[in-house]
Amino acid sequence: MGLTNQATGFRTLRENFLPASTGGYLVALAGNPNAGKSTVFNALTGLKQHTGNWPGKTVLQARGKFTHQGHTFTLVDLPGTYSLLANSVEEQVARDFICFGRPDVTVVVVDATCLERNLNLVLQVTETTNAVVVCLNLMDEARRKRIAIDVPLLARELGVPVVPTAARRGEGLAHLKDTIAAVATGALCPGPAPIIYDADIEAAAGRLAKQLQPLLRGRLNARWVALRLLEGDATLLQGIQQFLGVDLSEPGIKLQVKEVLV
Amino acid sequence: MAGQKTDPVLVEARRLAGDLEDSYRDRIVAALYARAEAIASRAVKEAPAPRRELDWRLDAILTSRLWGYPIMLALLAVVFWLTLKGANYPSALLASLLFAFQDILTSLFHRLDAPAWLHGIVVLGMYRTLAWVVAVMLPPMAIFFPLFTLLEDLGYLPRIAFNLDNFFKKAGAHGKQALTMCMGFGCNAAGVVGCRIIDSPRERLLAILTNNFSPCNGRFPTLITLAGIFMGGLLTTAAGVAAATLTVVGIILLGIVLMFFTSWLLSRTLLKGVPSSFTLELPPYRPPQVLRVIIRSVLDRTLYVLVRAVLVAAPAGAFTWVLANVHLGAFSIIDHMAGWLQPLGKVVGLDGYILLAFILGLPANEIVIPILLMSYLSTGMLTEVNSLAALGEILVRHGWTWITALNVMLFSLMHWPCGTTLLTIYKETKSLKWPLLAAVIPTALGLAACFLVKLLAGLLDIVAAG
Repeated sequence: MGLTNQATGFRTLRENFLPASTGGYLVALAGNPNAGKSTVFNALTGLKQHTGNWPGKTVLQARGKFTHQGHTFTLVDLPGTYSLLANSVEEQVARDFICFGRPDVTVVVVDATCLERNLNLVLQVTETTNAVVVCLNLMDEARRKRIAIDVPLLARELGVPVVPTAARRGEGLAHLKDTIAAVATGALCPGPAPIIYDADIEAAAGRLAKQLQPLLRGRLNARWVALRLLEGDATLLQGIQQFLGVDLSEPGIKLQVKEVLV
Repeated sequence: MAGQKTDPVLVEARRLAGDLEDSYRDRIVAALYARAEAIASRAVKEAPAPRRELDWRLDAILTSRLWGYPIMLALLAVVFWLTLKGANYPSALLASLLFAFQDILTSLFHRLDAPAWLHGIVVLGMYRTLAWVVAVMLPPMAIFFPLFTLLEDLGYLPRIAFNLDNFFKKAGAHGKQALTMCMGFGCNAAGVVGCRIIDSPRERLLAILTNNFSPCNGRFPTLITLAGIFMGGLLTTAAGVAAATLTVVGIILLGIVLMFFTSWLLSRTLLKGVPSSFTLELPPYRPPQVLRVIIRSVLDRTLYVLVRAVLVAAPAGAFTWVLANVHLGAFSIIDHMAGWLQPLGKVVGLDGYILLAFILGLPANEIVIPILLMSYLSTGMLTEVNSLAALGEILVRHGWTWITALNVMLFSLMHWPCGTTLLTIYKETKSLKWPLLAAVIPTALGLAACFLVKLLAGLLDIVAAG
């Protein structure tokens, strides 16, 4: 139920979105509902949060800390979502944090027993940011169901490190911490392969991204923002306005978008 | 969205309709899915038919039309029976320990020649309230929560939502309200925040406004204690425990019925609209991590109760002691205040002191009973409330019958939410209207229910005497 000390009584009145700068690295934890995000969170930070076996438990973002190789990592447990398309409050919260919360690494926890459905979110996250680690969780359940996954191939296809884990039993967590640290410190630079869309979209996105590039000041991936604008995602405009102080709906810019769509 | 394949026909139709943005969106989504499918088909080596026979079989029973509800009820009853049975002994032990320490404190104050008022505020006010809250609140919570958490860990909660979905739909509410309702049993403020999982603003408001019908952490022990004394014959016999359990389960069920009723009423009046459909993933059943859950939730609840006791109960205790011991004329302030409330209290089968305790208990529901005891005992009768029997004696001496106890339980279920919850509702809805409504609705229902019970009891008396 997520009825932890952090989430009950007076503390419910405290909202936490963007963390104060901690001096360490900031790690976002994304994933589908029920892929074991909270279990991974607990395993990394020590027992801090109750994990619930029902979808949509983490409404508020739980946060915890762990140290590894002399670095401090602040881990933020995002609400479980199937996508980042901002169709719901949870999706918007998760997306806003990944885009504007400036995480150094985004870990996507993936349910190994239904990879295809989970990859959807992974692909959307890798479109947003390069600093992604895939935590292939529930490997124990996958083994029980006799599902074998070719981890190196998956990592090659996605272009990001993939760490198989069974968080409940503590399997693979040391490796996960090493990988997070490597990506955070820049020792490892994932290069996810971009998804290629059909010619119209690519052309439109390319033109739009060129215009957006100077406006976003390197804070966001211009191609990704272009794609979202093509989708007509208004919530992202709000987010950009709120967190980056850039108003993309100014007349000048609007014209360009229109031009692209014509 | 998830799992939907974009239909090319739809895309084409939209394109012809000239809705370009949507078609872009669909094409983008389709490309994502195609890529995910391509990667998965190459990376997943052998995926025979998923072996979920056991899950299917369990679901067929636990969510069946015939067995779903009886099993839910039985589980609820078992959880409460264990709570009542199990909490009794540690409660008594904690009470005798804590009250023994009170005597040590008192003698310490005497030896230091402390003024009587200081001893009153610190020991009789703060410490005694704190001790009561810890002794009475902690054990039931430390038993109930781990049990509930185990059910959750198993994956049973979404099945509850599945079972209740139909009722919520009929009431014009969202099926996910079942989950926020369950959260409310722990803390209504958390339940209200949890309502964020409901997307539609209308249904979210319904869930927020009716969350208070889940008796929270601070009210459970009150229900359990009163049921133990007045319906359970002090829990000395198995039959007594069973009777008390049934009473508590009855109150919980009444709360759930009221939640449906209020949602239904609101969705036909203030919050008109049709319920939206949603997909709820039924996660696989997982063997619960028993030890971890127990340690986690026992520690968590213990800490929660202790923190609340120190932050809320102790100051409230001091405050109440002052009210009970500062006299204006012949009576203390508390007596005066209770006197004003007495007429209303009597009409609805309670009394002025009870209503006052609920009003002073606004910061937190845990302190209602300690405040009530303090106002009853302010006459200098310093009994130590270290057992159900002693507590029962005090209440009976102040004119309580089982009707009074039932009414207090009903009013505890149906009155304004605690201060934190009201603030949370304000924060979540950004308007004063909703917290106000969230307070008025249950209070009106509570007063009405108490009045009805008193009326019925009166009629029965006449019939019996006639």
